[in-house]
Amino acid sequence: MAMSWRQGRGWRSSKLNRVVKKEKLNETVSRIVLDAPLIAKAAKAGQFVVVMPTENAERIPLTIADFDTAAGAISIIFQIVGATTRVLDSLKVGAEIAHLLGPLGTPSQVENFGTVAVIGGGVGIAEIYPLVKALKKAGNEVITIIGARCEDLLIYVSELRTHNSELKITTDDGTCGRKGFVSDELKDLIAGGKKFDRVIAVGPVPMMRACCDMTRPHGIKTIVSLNPLMLDATGMCGICRVTVNGETKLGCVDGPEFDGHQVDFEELTSRLKMYRDVEKRAYDHVCRLLEHG
Amino acid sequence: MTERPAAERIRDFEEAPLGYTVEQAIEEAKRCLLCKDAKCVAGCPVEVDIPGFLRFIAQGDFDAAVKKIKETNSLPAICGRVCPQEEQCELKCIIGIKGEPVGIGNLERFAADWERENQPSPASAKARPPLPEGEGKKVAVVGSGPAGLTCAGDLAQLGYQVTVFETLHVAGGVLTYGIPEFRLPKKIVDLEIDYVKSLGVDVRLDVLIGNTYTIEDLLKEFKAVFIGSGAGAPRFMGIPGENLDGVYSANEFLFRVNMMKAWKFPEYLTPVKLGKKAAVIGGGNVAMDAARVSLRLGADEVYIIYRRTEKEMPARREEIKRAEEEGIIFKYLTLPVRYHFGGHGWVGEVECLEMELGEPDATGRRRPMEIKNSNFKIQIDSAIVAIGNSPNPLVPLRTPLLRTEKWGGVIVTPEGLTSIPGVYAGGDIVRGAATVISAMGDGKKAARAIDAFLRG
Repeated sequence: MAMSWRQGRGWRSSKLNRVVKKEKLNETVSRIVLDAPLIAKAAKAGQFVVVMPTENAERIPLTIADFDTAAGAISIIFQIVGATTRVLDSLKVGAEIAHLLGPLGTPSQVENFGTVAVIGGGVGIAEIYPLVKALKKAGNEVITIIGARCEDLLIYVSELRTHNSELKITTDDGTCGRKGFVSDELKDLIAGGKKFDRVIAVGPVPMMRACCDMTRPHGIKTIVSLNPLMLDATGMCGICRVTVNGETKLGCVDGPEFDGHQVDFEELTSRLKMYRDVEKRAYDHVCRLLEHG
Repeated sequence: MTERPAAERIRDFEEAPLGYTVEQAIEEAKRCLLCKDAKCVAGCPVEVDIPGFLRFIAQGDFDAAVKKIKETNSLPAICGRVCPQEEQCELKCIIGIKGEPVGIGNLERFAADWERENQPSPASAKARPPLPEGEGKKVAVVGSGPAGLTCAGDLAQLGYQVTVFETLHVAGGVLTYGIPEFRLPKKIVDLEIDYVKSLGVDVRLDVLIGNTYTIEDLLKEFKAVFIGSGAGAPRFMGIPGENLDGVYSANEFLFRVNMMKAWKFPEYLTPVKLGKKAAVIGGGNVAMDAARVSLRLGADEVYIIYRRTEKEMPARREEIKRAEEEGIIFKYLTLPVRYHFGGHGWVGEVECLEMELGEPDATGRRRPMEIKNSNFKIQIDSAIVAIGNSPNPLVPLRTPLLRTEKWGGVIVTPEGLTSIPGVYAGGDIVRGAATVISAMGDGKKAARAIDAFLRG
């Protein structure tokens, strides 16, 4: 099938990288649907894009939370944590983001494993959505566990429920579902005799680490989706390097998914904090501009 | 050529050399003997008619000089600055046997700069050379670095409809992300890219070949493909502590500064953290660039740590000299063996061994050998690893039929043809990290081969 490079929704389209829909999922998390037909066509579960909302912004990696080949659209979900996500959140429907590159990274391994626990925390809840769909389609029994600090921070509950009758919810404060962490729920399921062939955990580093600690003694293969700092995100800069089984790997090309039992989480945690102090300066700078301009 | 004083230039990102005046250029060009069998031309990977353009400069006809260069070289302002002329054209110069060779590189730079300052912008119709009646067959070029731009420019001049796919958000490849502003001003790179675009080349940013499209996808739409995706994969030494915060690859460091403009933070939102003491590991041009950028970002003490001596250093002599003038501290015969914590996960020291030179190795350079128990430590706030790059693995990874060497280089015939019919490759993706000009030579050669293939 020949591709249309110059017509319709190709690169020449004036609607390139346009924001077609935007919604706030909670106080700090937003979802943007982008007109990106080429990426929507090539994307697979587990891959990500690099987004530069403006020419002066950082290149930030964001998981493709959903993609619709027919509509030529992808969804990205992000927490407003720094300057560039703050700028991204300021874009309105109809605006074009300056640069969008993808799909990037190695896709998730999707096959019939048997029984799979898919665990999402924070923004990771949205990121597991395409994976849950793909794993169900491949014939797996999927048990989804999602968690957040409190009920207001839970996202994607109805979407995940339509694909999953057995959606387990935990909150740190007990405002929704079980009081506790996703790893507690996983622990009880395992203790209750549930046999898992695979566990996939996506979310904050401490959550993924806790899930790995939980499954290690039971020898359950556990995949984590890492979120190291990235720059070019195509294997050129090396800032996303993570130690996996004693070897240095690149999160952007070799990942983002790795065997969680082999990941050096301590190093990852340290590397994620590398720029936190200066990032605050950029965030304040952007907030001032957005509030006064 | 006159240079700005070191004390002045380390405070900004402007160029060190000032360029020839008109009088200096004419005088220098007149030194050329205009040899009939010019050895210098044989030393040029892109076959510039050197006596031809020098004769025009000597006559004061700078317009004709530029046109002469551009017959075979689309990027003279770049080559005049970053080519290692001392190993190429100037090495072969007959006058050079007894004295200083003719300053061919500086004169090429002069001619290109003269054009930029005195002629209408290359994007205008006037400056555009007439396109031959080609069949307008479509060719895809992967990567907008020196290999890709040269191949694209040459093919466009032959009448082909060329689309260049660039992964990053700015075109230029290593010319943009790798070489700093003070060695190659970005406005010059932009103008040379505009010139290639003025030939009818379409440059599309933010497309990763291998992921957004595969080579197979491209072959459905284009009659031929040239892969010039470069050597962008950074090498590390694999020593303990190399993943500590504050240990950069040279690629990351230079990418932050050159591509993301971190030196203008927070106007540009990407930061760079360096501290006051920086160590650069390696002895090539990239190491010199990283060290000199470090000074300009405000580091007080910048070390270059190299395991052999100055004699074996692969960097250009003039770059080493400039680095020395600017106050870079060279630690020769020194090998880093471990990085130590300085607190909060950040690097604080690099532990090194002293070395001595033994017998020559396979490269003909004397092999550095460790002196046992000679360990010592240097206090640092950051380290930049500049020990070379490997070919970008992405295109080969996603193109199973593309044959590669064990070390990652794409295998090609002397004409640049890969193991896939219609797919050519050149530059660092074939050679590993080499020079801008050799990449351009490859792009030129491949353009010729693609033309022959498509005329079939």
